[in-house]
Amino acid sequence: MKLRHGILAAAAAATFAFAAPVVKAETFKFAFQGNLSSLDPHSLNETFLLGSLNNVYEGLVLYDDNLAVIPALAVSWEIIEPTKWKFNLRKGVKFHNGNDFTAADVKFSWERAIGEGSDQIARASKIKSIEIVDDYTVILETPAPNPILTADLVNIYIMDKEWSEENKTTSATSVSADNSGNYANLNENGTGPFKVDEHKADVKTIFSKYDGYWGTMPSNVTRVEFTPIKEAATRVAALISGELDLVYPVPVQDWKRLDEAKGVKPLAGPEARTIFLGMDQGRDELLHSNIKGKNPFKDIRVRQAFAHALNLDAIKKKVMRGAATPAGLMVAPQINGFIPELNTPYAYDPAKSKELLAAAGYPDGFEVTMDCPNDRYVNDEKICQAVASMLAKVGVKIDLLAQTKSKYFGKVLKDGGYDTSFYLLGWTPGTIDAENVLSSLIACKKVEANAGLFNLGNYCNPKVDALTAKIGSETDQAKRNAMIKEAFTMVKDEVGYLPLHQQPLSWGVRDGVGVNQRADNVLDFRYVVIK
Amino acid sequence: MVSFLFKRLLQSIIVMFTVALIAFSMFRFVGDPINNMVGQDTSQEERDELREKLGLNDPFVVQFLRFAGNAAVGDFGYSYKYKIPVSEMIAERMPATLELAFISAILSLVVGIPLGVYTALRREGILSKIAMAMSLVGVSLPTFLIGILLILFFGVVLRWLPTFGRGDVVELGFWTTGFLTKSGILSLILPSITLALFQLTLIMRLVRAEMLEVLRTDFIKFAKARGLPDRAVHFKHALKNTLVPVITITGLQLGSLIAFAIITESVFQWPGMGLMFIQAIADVDIPIMAAYLVLIAFFFVLINMIVDILYYAVDPRLRTSDGS
Repeated sequence: MKLRHGILAAAAAATFAFAAPVVKAETFKFAFQGNLSSLDPHSLNETFLLGSLNNVYEGLVLYDDNLAVIPALAVSWEIIEPTKWKFNLRKGVKFHNGNDFTAADVKFSWERAIGEGSDQIARASKIKSIEIVDDYTVILETPAPNPILTADLVNIYIMDKEWSEENKTTSATSVSADNSGNYANLNENGTGPFKVDEHKADVKTIFSKYDGYWGTMPSNVTRVEFTPIKEAATRVAALISGELDLVYPVPVQDWKRLDEAKGVKPLAGPEARTIFLGMDQGRDELLHSNIKGKNPFKDIRVRQAFAHALNLDAIKKKVMRGAATPAGLMVAPQINGFIPELNTPYAYDPAKSKELLAAAGYPDGFEVTMDCPNDRYVNDEKICQAVASMLAKVGVKIDLLAQTKSKYFGKVLKDGGYDTSFYLLGWTPGTIDAENVLSSLIACKKVEANAGLFNLGNYCNPKVDALTAKIGSETDQAKRNAMIKEAFTMVKDEVGYLPLHQQPLSWGVRDGVGVNQRADNVLDFRYVVIK
Repeated sequence: MVSFLFKRLLQSIIVMFTVALIAFSMFRFVGDPINNMVGQDTSQEERDELREKLGLNDPFVVQFLRFAGNAAVGDFGYSYKYKIPVSEMIAERMPATLELAFISAILSLVVGIPLGVYTALRREGILSKIAMAMSLVGVSLPTFLIGILLILFFGVVLRWLPTFGRGDVVELGFWTTGFLTKSGILSLILPSITLALFQLTLIMRLVRAEMLEVLRTDFIKFAKARGLPDRAVHFKHALKNTLVPVITITGLQLGSLIAFAIITESVFQWPGMGLMFIQAIADVDIPIMAAYLVLIAFFFVLINMIVDILYYAVDPRLRTSDGS
């Protein structure tokens, strides 16, 4: 399997360095499996929506091609007190309708993001207040010291106050409030390098270059056409037939086809998403198992036995066509707080696994139901089947319940009463920082405090919790990373989770099209170059 | 005639109410809508609040009656995912589906009936044998596969036709049409063949069987004995007598063309109502699902009514029996 990620990245980088002025009109056409449900940047906290709209709207800061935070609508910032950040705003920036960008827009956008109907409340709540010093200076106050505030600012997009007020769209689009049919749902007025010319939800969205953009970018594209294509086979056919320049995701099974087809190629790279297995360690008796009166997963030897029964290399080779990166840690290398030495997976050792099970009192294994989505992650159901057959070899009988994501999440998440004993899940921390993983997946589950909401199996270690709280407000990076390492070491020693791998990003591109495949699966038009 | 229409109308309302009830009771098995409406970082209180506001905590009967009451005055609410009125979305998508279904229906009639007549008359002919063999393919291969094969051959290998979408459309008031642009017409070809193939073979086989039946009857023999030209015997006398079942099937199939365009639409990413429905299932977008199912029920009811009226026109026996 040829992976041309490196070459393309290099090509994109080279173009960046020698960016020539745009001369001719280039149209870039792409398809994604999902659709752009709204143009309102505060309506839904979803990777594809925010990623697409980042071409139209921008926050104070921006991710570059490697997920590093770079200045955007703010030119510089400093921490003046532990909870106060001063941002100097960029001058001369104009919204697509010609209005000037000023500090009032920043405050307005934050209020909109934290207000009624917004799905960005969690993110916007990282800011307690915004003080306008002058037209181009703002001071952001945080509820507690927050070393990674800028990671959240990347996705709080700035809207134009005057435009929003004129069009009565001062609160976010939401189906629940009276602001359904909101103006900003179908219209935009951002500061980004592209404008939306036409938007038909779930049919087609057409972007065109905004000539008044404040920045420079490698892209020479003047028009972008986006079509959602749900069927993978149709998506791949549309690429090979030459109608599209880029499609994603491409099923890993189709890579060979793209390699063999003329004029197109697969583009693969590791995604910042970690796929893992979780076990119910909270209940005194498993909901779905033949063992009654006790919970085998409470015994560390059983968890270790599971860990040693899994052959991650086999999953990588047989299920993922060589494209996954086996993992030993709950965060990926792109994530801040990644610890290389902890990333070695648990050793594959079925004999040891059997011994551990016998020692724990299950010499003949036991039965447990495994919950698995079948349309959420790359080859998710196949991974679960492989896991089931590997566990069968050490005597554990898995009853696999694989279903669509709506049903799966409806069952295993809070609203379904965390109804699972053993499950597969994937996670990309929205802040690209390990703290999000610790507080969402690893912290003891306290629903009222919004802690460990996605810790479905309720792994719970108060020491880790104490560390997580400190990590959240420690601004010294070295100390912070040391604590992250300490926390993850404990989770690993106790086999709190069974990390499997980082799944691959799998795109297909036409020859002569250079794109940057960002590790969070976002397509940034700024880096699209058509030769 | 009037009392007949009135009776049918009453039946239709009951049918649609029942469909809505059954459909609505199924939605709870599709999954949880809330998860598709918020991001992973959204807090539990916000999720609970949203659930309460959408009325998802209300008992089933309350939810259904609220829906039925609003639907009766044409209000299908807002899409959970797109936050725009469902009626607007349907109005936007309907032209795509109806144009596709219309072309497919024409195609299956224009090709199906002559082929049926031909294969009945020249049973031993080579062409008949080929047509019959092909029709077996049309009946037995799933639509999905036919669509993919057509895409691969005409789109990917030959590159003659577009593989997805509707091409450029022209807006005529509330209607968008693909008939007026080259890319629009080219885009119609593959999906309409895919959608028509099953109906085409069905109609062809039906016409053939009916023709064979009629050709054996005495009045055809008499017609031949009278020295009428073959053409008049076959088309004027024989074919006309096969038409009642053909109209029934065509009518019912037109409903299926619209309803089962779902598969064709998703293979070709055809932006019609079927694709919208499939997407809505994945998103658990209940207002869209409910509106779509009621609308499809409405189409079936309407078409059946038209078919019944057409019987009146074609078959004089029905007219006399209604006199009582």
